[in-house]
Amino acid sequence: MADNGTFRRETRDWLEANCPESMRQPYNYEADACWGGRNCEFQSEDQKAWLQRTASRGWTVPSWPKEYGGGGLDLAQAKILKQELARINARPPLESFGISMLGPPLLKFGSEELKLQHLPPIARGEIRWAQGYSEPNAGSDLASLQMRADDMGDHFIVNGSKIWTSYGDKGDWMFCLVRTDFEAKKHAGITFVMFDMTTEGVSTRPIKLISGKSPFTETFLDNVRVEKNQVIGEINDGWTIAKYLLSHEREMIAGAGILASGSLPVSEVAVRALGRQNGILSEPMLRADIARFEIDERCLALTIERARDEVKAGVSLGAVASMFKYYGTELNKRRYELLMSVSGQDALQWEGGEDGLGELPKKWLRTKGNSIEGGTSEIQLNIVAKRILGLPG
Amino acid sequence: MALVLNEEQLMLKDSARSFLDSRAPVSHLRELRDSENTDGFSRELWAEMADMGWPAILVPEQYGGLGYGYTGIGIVLEETGRNLTPSPLLCTAMVGAAAIVKAGSDEQRESLLPAIAGGQHLLALACDESPRHAPHEIATTAVKDGESYRISGRKINVADGHIAETFIVSTQTANGVSLFLVPKDSGGVSVEPFRQLDTHHAANVAFEQVVVNKSNLLGCLDHGLGLLDYLLDVGRTGASAELLGLAQEVSARTLDYLKERKQFGVPIGSFQALQHRAAQLFGELEMCKSLVLKALQTLDEQAVGDPELASLAKSKLGETAHLAATEAIQMHGGIGMTDDFDIGFFLKRCKILDNLYGDSLYHLDRFARLRGY
Repeated sequence: MADNGTFRRETRDWLEANCPESMRQPYNYEADACWGGRNCEFQSEDQKAWLQRTASRGWTVPSWPKEYGGGGLDLAQAKILKQELARINARPPLESFGISMLGPPLLKFGSEELKLQHLPPIARGEIRWAQGYSEPNAGSDLASLQMRADDMGDHFIVNGSKIWTSYGDKGDWMFCLVRTDFEAKKHAGITFVMFDMTTEGVSTRPIKLISGKSPFTETFLDNVRVEKNQVIGEINDGWTIAKYLLSHEREMIAGAGILASGSLPVSEVAVRALGRQNGILSEPMLRADIARFEIDERCLALTIERARDEVKAGVSLGAVASMFKYYGTELNKRRYELLMSVSGQDALQWEGGEDGLGELPKKWLRTKGNSIEGGTSEIQLNIVAKRILGLPG
Repeated sequence: MALVLNEEQLMLKDSARSFLDSRAPVSHLRELRDSENTDGFSRELWAEMADMGWPAILVPEQYGGLGYGYTGIGIVLEETGRNLTPSPLLCTAMVGAAAIVKAGSDEQRESLLPAIAGGQHLLALACDESPRHAPHEIATTAVKDGESYRISGRKINVADGHIAETFIVSTQTANGVSLFLVPKDSGGVSVEPFRQLDTHHAANVAFEQVVVNKSNLLGCLDHGLGLLDYLLDVGRTGASAELLGLAQEVSARTLDYLKERKQFGVPIGSFQALQHRAAQLFGELEMCKSLVLKALQTLDEQAVGDPELASLAKSKLGETAHLAATEAIQMHGGIGMTDDFDIGFFLKRCKILDNLYGDSLYHLDRFARLRGY
């Protein structure tokens, strides 16, 4: 396209003028990521400015339509913007489940009224969303969920508990799967609802992980009023929405398998730590493992690129997302196993390491959850086997 | 460039697939083997491929070619890989054509390219001297003698060495490495053909005081190492494309079998132990598709190629195709280990292609070296 060259130049100039220097480096700590929300505490003025400037152009969600706070870019332009952001190692201005999870189904299945209510605040980072999917007895078998929503005419009264709510204690609103038909088959009686987490009767409790951190909560609903106009899709047809959202969630998680722009490749970390002998990394066995890992890392990046080139912007990859989720999370686990091996005994201190915070071992432990959250690796392989390969049973 | 095929390339792929499915399915390879064909390929089929324009794909239009580039020839190789079709495509239409297009003198281009495009002239890259690929270790010498060079040495496992009219030979010259075009009927060239385990043929080629004119030098004197590496990377990418077709086909056949074969009263594909392995393999094949396409597009876009990407592709494809072929035999059970059944041909061909221009371990090592570790 003739004007894409112009778009690239203009984008580059705008980024040059508007992306603060301190936002042009990879995350070092969790707090470096900006999640927005009502209670957002910006880490720096730069972080705040970077969010506001990108949001004003709709570039927190470049391919969403402009009327919903997006940038209205086509596929080619969105790819150019992504390349230009990567070129200067720009941090994402906003991390958001509203963008990566709720946005796509809301755009596809939501009423105009719901889109106008929820999408612009998501794009501006004003409302932070939490996900209410898993329950204590509904993990891999998600559709067996039991959170109960009783029909009260213009609203539901909801009771029950959710688990593995990412940052549930920091969420402003929740999108949530509830059971509205107790007689129907398990997939048929589910409804996709949204509610403000400050509503009376909502409470959360953090869950401490093996990493020592608590990125998840349990979330309890005790006679919580949820308006019927906050349902996406039809009542009792929430599973359709739920599955569509899951495929987007899985694509997002798969991306974690790819090296963040500006971060050091594993091989580079290894060379700095261990040095070379006769021109090659001094630990030959580790070297072979690292090479295999870096080959697969490049493969995944290329395959995500190919998948995006093959589909139109915003279209879900469907079941293929399960393959990406599986591959990306297994890869991320390998990355941290290798980084732990490279650091050897230096990585064993809980409060130690270069930063004194023990970040590496904590990250390593956190990756063990990657192949569980968002649907286990085994569930992803089941989906690929049945829905892509057409295997029976 | 987007990682997808364009209209022209999709048409080429469709026509290659339908031609090979009807004219050269896997049974064609079996017939060649059982009739003890000493070429290891069908010259009649090659003539038809030439009519389809395949040996002309990489040749520029001014020399009677099509100019479809590396992506074009790679697409066809993926399809021959699918059918295990033996042909001179990789050695002549890809590596051979690339050599002359890239480094040939005007005279060499004019005499060879139209003949390559027409399928009348076959080439072979003679670069290996040891059982494990080590192309930079060259004992073969070319000694200047007036206006000529005298070439002495022995090259082994030369792919298409049994049929080539011209060898591209890597040699040590006074101050470096040089490549020469050596006609097979030059005095002192002796070709020892043999059949490989996959029914394709190859040859060991000895050069005893072979005299060639200095006009047979390909590229620059003493500075041929870069050209050699480039041609090898072209060959590696082509072999990767062929391995991609092979791996996809053997997996597709296995999937069909998992759906058909019943034990314990149900299709064996309903067992999770097999489903998960099939799903994992699916993921690896998706990775391979992106990789091969990227490697081919890169050859078209970058004049010097991308050695790291070529090694990445060759290593990954060698490993994945091997996984696909061995899983295929295991999942087919008893019938998978019989000669009557075609599935074993895929493992055999895979072993040859993996070894060609360096196996997956060679390229794992080269990938790491190129990345500086």
